[in-house]
Amino acid sequence: MSQIMVHVDRIGLTYQTAEGETDAIRDISMDIYEKDFVGIVGPSGCGKSTLLSIIAGLIKPTRGIVIVDGQPVDGPSNKIGYMLQEDYLFEWRSIWQNVLLGLEIQNKVNESTKSHVEQLLKNYGLYDFRHHYPHQLSGGMRQRAALIRTLALNPEILLLDEPFSALDYQTRLAVSEEVAAIIKQEGKTAVLVTHDISEAISMSDRIYVLSQRPAIVKNIYDIQLSCQDKTPLNARKCPEFREYFNSIWKELDIHVG
Amino acid sequence: MSVKRDTVISPERQSYLKQMKKRRQNIALGRILILIGIIVGWEAAADLGIIDPFITSQPSKILTTIVDLHNDGQLYNHIWATVAETMVGFIVGTALGTLMAIGLWWSDYACKILDPYLVVLNSLPKPALGPILIVWLGNGKPAIIAMALLISLIVTIITVLNGFLEVDKNKIKLLQTFGAVKGQILTKVILPASVPTIISALKINVGLSWVGVIMGEFLVSKEGLGYLIIYGSQVFELDLVMSSVIILAIVAAIMYQAVSYLETRFMQYKD
Repeated sequence: MSQIMVHVDRIGLTYQTAEGETDAIRDISMDIYEKDFVGIVGPSGCGKSTLLSIIAGLIKPTRGIVIVDGQPVDGPSNKIGYMLQEDYLFEWRSIWQNVLLGLEIQNKVNESTKSHVEQLLKNYGLYDFRHHYPHQLSGGMRQRAALIRTLALNPEILLLDEPFSALDYQTRLAVSEEVAAIIKQEGKTAVLVTHDISEAISMSDRIYVLSQRPAIVKNIYDIQLSCQDKTPLNARKCPEFREYFNSIWKELDIHVG
Repeated sequence: MSVKRDTVISPERQSYLKQMKKRRQNIALGRILILIGIIVGWEAAADLGIIDPFITSQPSKILTTIVDLHNDGQLYNHIWATVAETMVGFIVGTALGTLMAIGLWWSDYACKILDPYLVVLNSLPKPALGPILIVWLGNGKPAIIAMALLISLIVTIITVLNGFLEVDKNKIKLLQTFGAVKGQILTKVILPASVPTIISALKINVGLSWVGVIMGEFLVSKEGLGYLIIYGSQVFELDLVMSSVIILAIVAAIMYQAVSYLETRFMQYKD
């Protein structure tokens, strides 16, 4: 196997609030290899998003350490790109100004970064829309613009925090297909947090199943599908898909009511 | 998304457009009729002795008064005095209020500490401070402008600060993932996202500044529309009072429209 990109070493997180202490994450370790697509599923409120925020350096863990590309994480880093649950494009900026936002924050707007962004817009069909405003674009295009905004900083690892949850089902399928293709084409390592088991199976090479809060890693699945062309849509048709789905479903132990 | 452009107009569309046009005309007509009704009714009632023009004035006398004021040129001095005070009041009020809101947004501590003071100052009827202002700032323009400021400042701080705090936390998180520092969060998200809030504060402040300025002119001034109103009532010249009120109404409406125009200019990305 290739090189370890993200090494999560026995991290734990305890929140302090006026009401008391909350154990959010008990003990999580994981290794994510270069160009891996890792899915993280778990019951809602189990701390999946918190885990991503810790990897991204937005939250400091109470215990343990995260090492990204050989460096311990201490604050946001350029190696990591973060995609939130919605596109959060700024409605007062044009698409062009939106995709440059990250570069602007880091004072890195120059000819070479601009041409990189232009190329991304061209590759992913948004170049003609660069002077449009976000409200003039469809949900799928907005999501692509958000991805380009993240890719503009050339991160090696993409953290996807339920990035499709705001989209309707049809768009969601189409966009997850697109995003998976773009991530593969750009050769990025990706970590996808989702509560949608099918989405996780269809996109990931490996899936971590987390427990209820305080979260631990309950199980790890290496997803091996027999399909030829493993795009998210095709993956759903594989015979193994249902088996993975059923065992992860049981693992999550979801009770309604 | 797009509305079908009318290359070929169907009969249904034609009758719809006709109906809309008729509706618009009727609305305009209704508005004009009310105005004419008031003027004619007022004039006639005064002429027929139903009301006493000495205490109610009447349109023809108001017109003469305005023309007289125009002819001796002092009308514009009075209008300008009041307009200038109001403009200074609402521009400074909005700017200062926004700056203070930025300060309170920046420091959560300061915000919490000052919160009860803001609540008390906000609920205090500001004209009560008028006499204090006169003692402190003297019998002139500074006191009037201070009054206008006082009325709009606290409301601005509260409105704008609430606007700042309502900015989507995830937009801030997005910037943090890029490693943004607090100043960048302010300039890249908080301020641009709050432009609509600041402009609506501006709109409220135009109205409040008029209240403050007229209030102030009642108390201290030697010129301005507020002065004309109070002077007119003291010498029992209701023609002058009514003329001044009408001019005031027109000027205030123009200023409000100007701010509304500003709003549409700034909100262009929304269309």
